[in-house]
Amino acid sequence: MNSYVLIPFLPLAAFVINILFGRKYLKENAHWVSILAVAGSWVLAVMALIDVHGGNAINFDLYTWMLSGGFKVSVGFLIDQLTVVMLIVVTTCSTLIHIYSVGYMHGDSGYYRFFSYLSLFTFSMLMLVMANNFLQLYFGWEGVGLCSYFLIGYYFDKKSASDAGKKAFIVNRFGDFGFGLGIFVVFLTFGTVYYEPVFSQAGGLAEATFNFLGYDVHLMTLIALLLFCGSVGKSAQMPLHVWLPDAMEGPTPVSALIHAATMVTAGVFLVARCSPIFSLSETALMVVALTGAITSLFAATIGLVQNDLKRIIAYSTVSQLGYMFLACGVGAYTAGIFHLYTHAFFKALLFLCAGSVMHAMGGELDIQKMGNLKKYMPVTYMTMLIASFSISGIPGLAGFFSKDEILWMAYAGESPVGKFVWAIGTLVAFLTAFYSFRLIFLTFHGKFRGTHEQEHHLHESPKSMIIPLMVLCVGAVAAGWVGIPALIGEKIGVHNYIAEFMKPVLGHPEGHGTHGEEMVVMLVSIAVGLAGIGLAYFMYILRPELPARLTQQFSAVHRVLFNKYYVDELYSFILVRPAIWTAKNVLIGITDARIIEAVVNGVPSAIAAFSSGLRKIQTGLMQHYATIMATGILIIVAMMLLR
Amino acid sequence: MLQKLFFGYYAFTIIILSLLVVTRKNPVHSVMWMLLLFFHIAGLYLFLNAEFIAAIQVIVYAGAILVLFLFVVLLLNLREELSLRQIAGSWPAAAFIVAALFVAVTAALGAYVQGPLGIYSIEAVRSETHTKALGRLMYTEYLFPFEIASLVLLVAVVGAVVLAKRKLRS
Amino acid sequence: MVPIHWYLTLSAAVFMIGMFGFLTRRNIIIMFMSVELMLNAVNISLVTFSHYLQDLRGHILVFFIITVAAAEAAIGLAIIIALFRNKQTAHVDEMNEMKG
Repeated sequence: MNSYVLIPFLPLAAFVINILFGRKYLKENAHWVSILAVAGSWVLAVMALIDVHGGNAINFDLYTWMLSGGFKVSVGFLIDQLTVVMLIVVTTCSTLIHIYSVGYMHGDSGYYRFFSYLSLFTFSMLMLVMANNFLQLYFGWEGVGLCSYFLIGYYFDKKSASDAGKKAFIVNRFGDFGFGLGIFVVFLTFGTVYYEPVFSQAGGLAEATFNFLGYDVHLMTLIALLLFCGSVGKSAQMPLHVWLPDAMEGPTPVSALIHAATMVTAGVFLVARCSPIFSLSETALMVVALTGAITSLFAATIGLVQNDLKRIIAYSTVSQLGYMFLACGVGAYTAGIFHLYTHAFFKALLFLCAGSVMHAMGGELDIQKMGNLKKYMPVTYMTMLIASFSISGIPGLAGFFSKDEILWMAYAGESPVGKFVWAIGTLVAFLTAFYSFRLIFLTFHGKFRGTHEQEHHLHESPKSMIIPLMVLCVGAVAAGWVGIPALIGEKIGVHNYIAEFMKPVLGHPEGHGTHGEEMVVMLVSIAVGLAGIGLAYFMYILRPELPARLTQQFSAVHRVLFNKYYVDELYSFILVRPAIWTAKNVLIGITDARIIEAVVNGVPSAIAAFSSGLRKIQTGLMQHYATIMATGILIIVAMMLLR
Repeated sequence: MLQKLFFGYYAFTIIILSLLVVTRKNPVHSVMWMLLLFFHIAGLYLFLNAEFIAAIQVIVYAGAILVLFLFVVLLLNLREELSLRQIAGSWPAAAFIVAALFVAVTAALGAYVQGPLGIYSIEAVRSETHTKALGRLMYTEYLFPFEIASLVLLVAVVGAVVLAKRKLRS
Repeated sequence: MVPIHWYLTLSAAVFMIGMFGFLTRRNIIIMFMSVELMLNAVNISLVTFSHYLQDLRGHILVFFIITVAAAEAAIGLAIIIALFRNKQTAHVDEMNEMKG
């Protein structure tokens, strides 16, 4: 048995220990168990990286879970290049955020519970990425959804938090329904749910059709779209994006780990993992790319006018996830995964810095009430600034390389919608830079706009919180250096390591364009990034009264954006209220009250009525009994005589 | 012929007397009729060559049990009782059941087949006197039930005293 | 010789009369006397059989039946006295404590 089996099971052990012994025995020391476990997983992940880099891909079954006729599912692990990149992302972010949580969650009454759920989440995510069959993927998928529910609703006595947890889980379920159907179709087609046979046989079925509800549809498109449903739910793309902003009710480390770096990226991972299937269906790829592009534009516009610190970053996440899907949709899976990897670093960093700010501001989230925090929190300011530069695509930092790769592939790739999504992507890059720096300027620059006592309380965060920030900052800067495109790399003598590394798994699409075009695309994206930063500087530093005036002038537009395009209200009207009405009136009113109660109450009352009637035989008068005995004897004698 | 006449008289009287016992309102009257009935039954036993049993019948039944009944009737002072309804409202049902059973039992009599005769013929019994014969049989073969019967009587004595005792007021 | 089934019919008739009395009378003492009547009917039948089958065992059984009837009468009447003390009546209709 491989020692890589321990990668998911160490956090699982930490979960079990914490949940059983955390309340009474571990209490304030619960973090040691979890941190040691995920650190151990991290070490093993690095070992796996070295192993795979040396050329071994590992695929083994640990334990046969079900064996029923032709259906076999086991707990199995596939460690190839894609897995190992995800492993590094998950374990690194998890370890750093565990350490951060020591300081952030200090003194909280459910300390042990937090760490146990965090470890359980890490376990589920690792099972998801290390799976070698669809069913284990689905298990990990549901596991992370469940932990997300636990952790979002961590402050369960706050109604908004528990509502947000429920919303996340239920919206995910919509996606998971399609995902489940996709797995069924896979099984029906291939007779197995293991990746290896499915992907190797997929090519042979490129033209096959499937009879779905009476219509003949292209099989690969069907499978791809159904699997994509799961991604839409998990990665908060339109129309199932509504849960991610609400998920900010959870503690900030949760937002950083789950809703930035790992869980939401599981959707992208799914598409990348199933790339052999997606590549066979042009329609599905177009759907993926368009969904990604439209979502990223949609979320970026909403993020422009929000005032809640974490919500801005949440919409930024949705937008960046859109980028990743955009990349996968144009066939550049490697670019999508590359962006996932760099995004994990700077997005987690942004969230953790936000947590640091909240910690200093005593839980305040409204950026309108902040300002001039760079005086009090220099380290946080520095790291957040670097993260914002990274997300805006400033050359040299991680975000630049990954975003640039995506935009170039969109422009120069083979996808029919390539140029369209490239245009949207560039626009979104502009908006991203703008709102990221709006955040920076409003929070850290200018005059402090909060209350007096908040000002007194301002301080830099403790070491346990600062150190992860700095480590992530290094990542936000340097993580992209493994993917330097050939255009620049030739000049300095480095390859595009990551593209080569992922080639066996994800293929290596070439951009059809000249070096000149590539240079132009790169310069355009740099230009829009700088333009965004410049506009934000103009509007929030040079002319701070301008935003208020614009809001007044375009008040209708502002209102629509501020209210998130009223999507939540729409869903509430179409789905939530009818569901609640049905539950109250039909299910409770009719099924429960009339039918089930009728049975549950009716049977006992029928029995009672029958028995109270039967009771009357016991009159208490001996002669009645004797009469009946005599009648009995008469009958017996008569029977004996008549035989 | 004479025998049949005798039997006819006894049968007729016994049935009339038992009907009287059952239907009288006053319990004392019932007891009296029962006394007469027992005498007739004893006579029937004599007719059947069972002198000892006839004697026992008179001594125990007529002499002891009926006296006991009479004592209890007098003890309970059932004067108010007499005004209440004495026969149950559902007596036609009981009459029907009883009649049906009677018909069934007598119908069964048609299948009577006499078994092998024993050794105690009338002459044998008469030569030895019935009491002696019965005594010899009882004390040899049926000694154990005899002893048990005495135990039963002991229980009856003790039980009757215990049950009818007045509760001590302490 | 009187045919045996005359005696048996007589016995059956007395038994049925006794049963009728037991099922219909409301006075507990008379009910008890009906039971004695039934026992006597059985005695008649047994003595008859003993006579016609020339076997003394019927007489032995009658002996024991009379003994037990005596014991039973004693105890039964003691119970009736105890009952009367509690309920002040010998009317059976009043004695329905076991009514369900």
